[in-house]
Amino acid sequence: MTTHNDCAVVLFESVSHALGAEKIIKGAGINCKLIHVPRHLSSDCGICLRFCADDRERVEALLQGKLHFFEIKFL
Amino acid sequence: MAAEGKVVMETLYLDNAATSFPKPDTVIAAMIAYQQNIGANPGRSGHGRSIEAGRIVFETREALARLFHIEDPLRIALTKNATESLNIALQGGLRPGDSVITSGMEHNSVMRPLRVLETRGVELSVVPCSPRGELEPDDVRKALRKNTRMVVLTHASNVTGTILPVEAVGALLRDRPEVMFCVDAAQTAGALPIDVEKMRIDLLAFTGHKSLFGPQGTGGLYIREGLENKISSLMMGGTGSRSEFEQQPEFMPDRYESGTPNTIGIAGLCAGVSFVLEQTVETLRAREEELTSRFLSGLRDLRNDVLVYGPQDASRQTAVVSFNIKGVTASDAASYFEDNRGILCRPGLHCAPSAHRTIGTFPQGTVRFSLGFFNTQQDVDEACAALRELVKRKGNDRS
Repeated sequence: MTTHNDCAVVLFESVSHALGAEKIIKGAGINCKLIHVPRHLSSDCGICLRFCADDRERVEALLQGKLHFFEIKFL
Repeated sequence: MAAEGKVVMETLYLDNAATSFPKPDTVIAAMIAYQQNIGANPGRSGHGRSIEAGRIVFETREALARLFHIEDPLRIALTKNATESLNIALQGGLRPGDSVITSGMEHNSVMRPLRVLETRGVELSVVPCSPRGELEPDDVRKALRKNTRMVVLTHASNVTGTILPVEAVGALLRDRPEVMFCVDAAQTAGALPIDVEKMRIDLLAFTGHKSLFGPQGTGGLYIREGLENKISSLMMGGTGSRSEFEQQPEFMPDRYESGTPNTIGIAGLCAGVSFVLEQTVETLRAREEELTSRFLSGLRDLRNDVLVYGPQDASRQTAVVSFNIKGVTASDAASYFEDNRGILCRPGLHCAPSAHRTIGTFPQGTVRFSLGFFNTQQDVDEACAALRELVKRKGNDRS
């Protein structure tokens, strides 16, 4: 098991948005992965996008105005 | 079965306006690959294969967005066909007291929902078209009222192939932003250039199984930003999103996509749209125009015996040609073509009684030959030869 203390996730309203965001973030050369939304963050059955917490500002800037997302949470 | 394959080999398929055949090999390969290697439910879990299935669906939206010049792929809801898309647009978008304008060349996928809405207090205005199926844009302008909520038009008739002036109608609606412009692109998506911005289209209904080369059971509806607040969904259910709430999501595309989608079909549609993008609409159009022109020219040689409907000008119609042979019913002609020449076509009213009234062929109907990208000049010559043969035989019977 890996721990994700240095990770953050972006939460979206739908899987379509998460898939769109993955393209944008990967396209900018930032490592990321679509994962199940951790239970403590949401009761939703959807997916979220995990990335290294150091990239938080870049990720936010890349998505801002391009694709709607709920919020970014640290794990 | 081998026997079935043999039957396919010996026939000449001229019913592409009903559904295109054959499909590119990549379409079938994509469907097999999805079912063999992925097979999971898109958007319903975070496991790898569910995400892979979701990617296929997402890439399909992206390919469609590129084709129709739609900026945001999530503005496209995937449906089972153009009929479902039109029902969402019309039943979801029109309320009692609203007025809606349509043309005299529409398919029943537009007319039937509109006739039901009429009984619920929606005012319907049908703008007449010429006997060749042509619409004068200014007639749409004259039909506009204060309470006009929507103009719904077919981009091209499934009966005569006549291309309607969608861009001109869109232009005259630019100073009426509250009027939604809904276009039925069942016959034209993939066959003619479509640009939702240039044409000022708010709602674009399309099917996947005709000129987009996807399988049956695929289609979609583009909804301009903001209009999802004005168009209710006809079906509610699981979307894989906002699962903690028992209320339907109100955002695109989930609002209109309840239940497990036709992912295997969408995988095929993705490959079909990619085929269109690779070939380019312009190339596909040029080929269909050339074949249509050749067929129309063959029909002109038979003008004493064959009545042709529609523009009779390949540049003003899709690869659809309707005709009647004097003294032969449409159904007898179609049976003759299949039994004697293996030609598969469609006689009758083509689910469009309104269009047949406009061109003067109601209720007897017409014979419709509809060509496709995979037809050849030889196919067209074979079709002309079959027509000549039937005309000649009819002459002999009479003498």
